[in-house]
Amino acid sequence: MTQAPGTIRMPRPALHVDVQVARGDQQIAAAFDVAPGHPLAVIGPNGAGKSTVLASIAGLVPLEAGGVRIGDRAVDAEPPEARRIGVVFQDYVLFPHLDVRDNVAFAARMRGGSRAAARAAAEPWLDRYGLAPLADRLPAELSGGQAQRVALARALAAEPEVLLLDEPMSALDVEVRAEMRAELATHVREFGGATVLVTHSPADAAALTDSVLVLEAGRVTQRGTLDELRAAPATPYVQRMLAASAE
Amino acid sequence: MTAASSRSSRRRIAHSAGRLAWPIAVMAAAALALLVLPLLALVLRAPWADLPGLLVRESVLQALVLSFGTALAATALCLVLGVPLAAVLARASGWPTLPRRLLRAAVTVPLVLPPVVGGIALLQLLGRRGLVGGVLEDAFGITVPFTTGAVVVAQVFVALPFLVFAVEGSLRSANRRTELAAATLGASRWQVFRHVTLPLVAPGVAAGAVLCFSRALGEFGATITFAGSLPGVTRTLPIASYLAMQSDPDEAIALALLLLAVSIAVLVGLRDRWLPGVRA
Repeated sequence: MTQAPGTIRMPRPALHVDVQVARGDQQIAAAFDVAPGHPLAVIGPNGAGKSTVLASIAGLVPLEAGGVRIGDRAVDAEPPEARRIGVVFQDYVLFPHLDVRDNVAFAARMRGGSRAAARAAAEPWLDRYGLAPLADRLPAELSGGQAQRVALARALAAEPEVLLLDEPMSALDVEVRAEMRAELATHVREFGGATVLVTHSPADAAALTDSVLVLEAGRVTQRGTLDELRAAPATPYVQRMLAASAE
Repeated sequence: MTAASSRSSRRRIAHSAGRLAWPIAVMAAAALALLVLPLLALVLRAPWADLPGLLVRESVLQALVLSFGTALAATALCLVLGVPLAAVLARASGWPTLPRRLLRAAVTVPLVLPPVVGGIALLQLLGRRGLVGGVLEDAFGITVPFTTGAVVVAQVFVALPFLVFAVEGSLRSANRRTELAAATLGASRWQVFRHVTLPLVAPGVAAGAVLCFSRALGEFGATITFAGSLPGVTRTLPIASYLAMQSDPDEAIALALLLLAVSIAVLVGLRDRWLPGVRA
């Protein structure tokens, strides 16, 4: 079950999303497919419903209608713990009472087995993410970049079939953002499964993928590559966003 | 300005940045002396040789048993009532401003209210002619004031905020999203509770219970007003100590030492968990 990072994996399944979610009075609807190894960036203004769509895929908010499939497996009736969907939350939401090692070992521990076995399974992940020197630290003692690394290692150590990233850069200082973008892109490539990135920054999206979906006020307003969006922005928001990022 | 004077002023700045101005140091020392010297005097003047004899007197043992019994009962009641209240308070961040502030103010009141006022207020509610006390007496024949039960009620009134704020603080750190993150990592509901919620909340609940117990044990004003001072029924350690001061100072000092010892044990028990949630 536990797999050392870097070993060759089976081909990973695609993610098929067609969801309708209610948030207060707002109805949010989005439909898209994500192929393994080809991340999709969901871009939109604040309050567009991006994070809600992500949460619905993970099973953290209930669907009004529609469904979520991973390969041939319909997961929308399954609880979050059975979906095998990894999530990196906006402010990382590390377990404050566990050190870095036990945060990364959490999924292995939940699968059963002893604490020692879970910690042993976490070691290669700690090494791979450069976290071994920080293994004994508590989340409160980490910088933003370090916390992001832990959050990613913790999610991927659970060996999910799908990875969801919710504004992973927004909690970081501007100076480290460029560096962390490159690092994140590397790790997502190595993960190789279907990946969805939620962001309001075209630069964050561009670091990870060329494939973009624009969500505004709960509706998908455009889909395409960044170049296609630039050539023919479908809404004033898309135009403003890309103009702002070009500066 | 000459080079020499600018150098000396720079040195003065560096000097004052590294050290406190002397009036502040003196005041701080005076404050510390005010906190520590009385307790030191209590320990130094204590009739240590007679202490074993004093502590086994019947009046002392009676007060001791009553105090620990009522303080434990009050702590248990505070846990049963206070943990849910803390849960409501921790979730109230989504409420409109006014009800949220009123709720917080209501929980904070006993911290800032003189305990005697609490005792008088309790009499107005639960006294024989009180709002609810009259009904209790007429309909069920239950009398609350001046009973051991009244001691517990008075202690709960003053001690509840300590528990509520300590638990609220720990509930906030165990926010809902931490539990959701655990679920995405494969944790079942039971595992989420066992591995995330419980470890995050338990230290706060324990610290709150200890603070609550020590506050209940030391309760004086509300207790003597609402429950009186009947030996063996409502005369707790602080009240017995106060009364003994007039007749038998040695006994009063012995009782005071006993309470001090419990307080020190509480401090040692809490250490770094000291009041994480009390911001009132």
